[in-house]
Amino acid sequence: MTAEPLLSVSDLQVRFRIGGMMSALAGRRTEIDAVAGVGFTLERGQTLALVGESGSGKTTLARAVNGLQPVAGGSIRFEGRETRDLTKAEWKPLRRKMSMMFQDPVGSLSPRLSVRSLLAEPFAIHGLSGRSLEAEVERLLALVGLPRDFADRYPHQLSGGQARRVGVARAVALDPVLIVADEPTAGLDVSIQGEVLNLLNDLRDRMGLSMLIITHNLHVVRQIADRMAVMYLGRFVEEGETEAIFQAPHHPYTAALLSANPEPDPDKVHNRIALPAEVPSLLDRPAGCEFHTRCLFAQDVCRTQAPAPSVAGSSRLTCHFPLNAGLSAAQTIAAS
Amino acid sequence: MTVLDIKDLSVDFATETGTLQALRKVNLEVPSNRIVGVVGESGCGKSTLINAILGLLADNGSVTSGQILFEGESDLARLDGDGMRALRGQRIATVFQDPMGALNPVLSVGKQMRDIQYRSGRSRKEKDALSIEMLRKVRIPDPERRLAQFPHEFSGGMKQRIAIAMALLMRPSLLIADEPTTALDATLEVAIIELLKDLQKQIGCSVLFISHHLGVIAELCDEMIVMYAGEVVERGSTRDIFHNPRHPYTRKLLACDPARLSRREPRLPTIPGTLPDLRNRPKGCVFQARCELADDVCSKMPPDTVLSASHVARCWHAGETAGAAA
Repeated sequence: MTAEPLLSVSDLQVRFRIGGMMSALAGRRTEIDAVAGVGFTLERGQTLALVGESGSGKTTLARAVNGLQPVAGGSIRFEGRETRDLTKAEWKPLRRKMSMMFQDPVGSLSPRLSVRSLLAEPFAIHGLSGRSLEAEVERLLALVGLPRDFADRYPHQLSGGQARRVGVARAVALDPVLIVADEPTAGLDVSIQGEVLNLLNDLRDRMGLSMLIITHNLHVVRQIADRMAVMYLGRFVEEGETEAIFQAPHHPYTAALLSANPEPDPDKVHNRIALPAEVPSLLDRPAGCEFHTRCLFAQDVCRTQAPAPSVAGSSRLTCHFPLNAGLSAAQTIAAS
Repeated sequence: MTVLDIKDLSVDFATETGTLQALRKVNLEVPSNRIVGVVGESGCGKSTLINAILGLLADNGSVTSGQILFEGESDLARLDGDGMRALRGQRIATVFQDPMGALNPVLSVGKQMRDIQYRSGRSRKEKDALSIEMLRKVRIPDPERRLAQFPHEFSGGMKQRIAIAMALLMRPSLLIADEPTTALDATLEVAIIELLKDLQKQIGCSVLFISHHLGVIAELCDEMIVMYAGEVVERGSTRDIFHNPRHPYTRKLLACDPARLSRREPRLPTIPGTLPDLRNRPKGCVFQARCELADDVCSKMPPDTVLSASHVARCWHAGETAGAAA
């Protein structure tokens, strides 16, 4: 095992063109930075969760890591190798090691292929049809806890949870070292959600997988991720150990997200940190700290000067006035 | 007064492979000025229940028994098309999961809000004034100008707030909200819950709130029902259900919610087994195959055991299961 982390991303930028010539002629901006300078490392066997509101760039970042999205700047090193400018042919062997689970469990399976064909497909694509496909299909079904006769079913005959299991089986078919999972439990019932998370945790322990998980369900994050990164407008505002962040979030945005979690207790008294106003447009990023338009603690300096990255406890964050390290968010509010 | 009183409602669907019993003897009351939550996993009959109330069951579906009394008079299970049309949108309004799908993309918001007031007999000016007032209530900034805009010019959270404004425009006595926050981020979800709470008080309507998110139900609802495989297995005040669940399914469902865990667990709780085939329901208790307490008596249909004035569980063992009996 080398000292090099499995995945190392630095100053990553992903840019999208929007509008056309007319916008350009009218002098409007025609590009947005969906991911604007993100850096992190993922060690072997570790799970990192990306959280943030819709449009914060979580999925775009994951797609860039997986080579599904052209990158405008920065670097992505996977097993020590720069993947930024690889050709399609060079990518192909890497994809065996790095698989993706897409958001919609049923929609990410071809409706016209049986579960058998869906599970055999990765082997065919990577020229591994020499292996006994039938045995592999059986192995994978057993791995994700589906009965053997499911091989003959089609996606429309599967429930959401079963389809998700097939998705997991496809993702682990070629013994990858990294799984990128986009909302692996979205749309699943709570009891099924538990099953899928248990399955992912099991597979990680058994196969030594690393995972990059995108979700906006913070309860899921706590149950599966060693580290978490909170994204806002295409940047990390806080990144650190999951449990430490849950205990004491440092960035006001993290604190607001954590406080916005409805809990199954009718007598719970909520100390919510409201997030006023709407998410700003990527076309018109606020000056200074980009979160200041919605931050309850914003001061003059936040409106003019972008905060430099800093370290608090185990977290890296960008904030001029991080919340008190020793206090929970609610206590900070009560004290202010 | 009871706005909606559902008694012994059963709904069947005729399918190629036999009769599917989607709802069986459902009992549910929505008192006036109350928010009642409906919780249950996929396939438990939440959507069938709503469609039965709204008279929107598919052609192969039919109400085989029971009644749906609305405001103590009309039985919605037997009302004809014209009768239903007079109620829908006026007395019974709905908000659905997908805010984009609920709004017409080619009509301005103002036009759509005027159309809802079709039966009101108001002038166009009066209609617009009311729309603006409603948009202000759901906290859309600058509503006068926003009225001329189209759905795509609003964010997802705003669209859902507009859908709520439209639903409440005619001051209905019953609002049916079907997973209205599921498609939204947690931050927006919380805002919508707060908004619904406020509006419900202001307008004085009742709300039937369908969700599979237990946290949202706990926070918003006064009373709730728990559905499993087309049956109401437990109903009561939200406090009864969350603090003293008596049906084994309710207990398992609550235990599954990762939101109850305040630290990382090596194994998350699940509910082993699968839903029964609704074409071939088990005799007796519908949950027996997955229940640890099941015994011989469970092969007979369990009674609705009354635990307190408001708390009822359809289980043979409901009275004995809790250590801390009420």
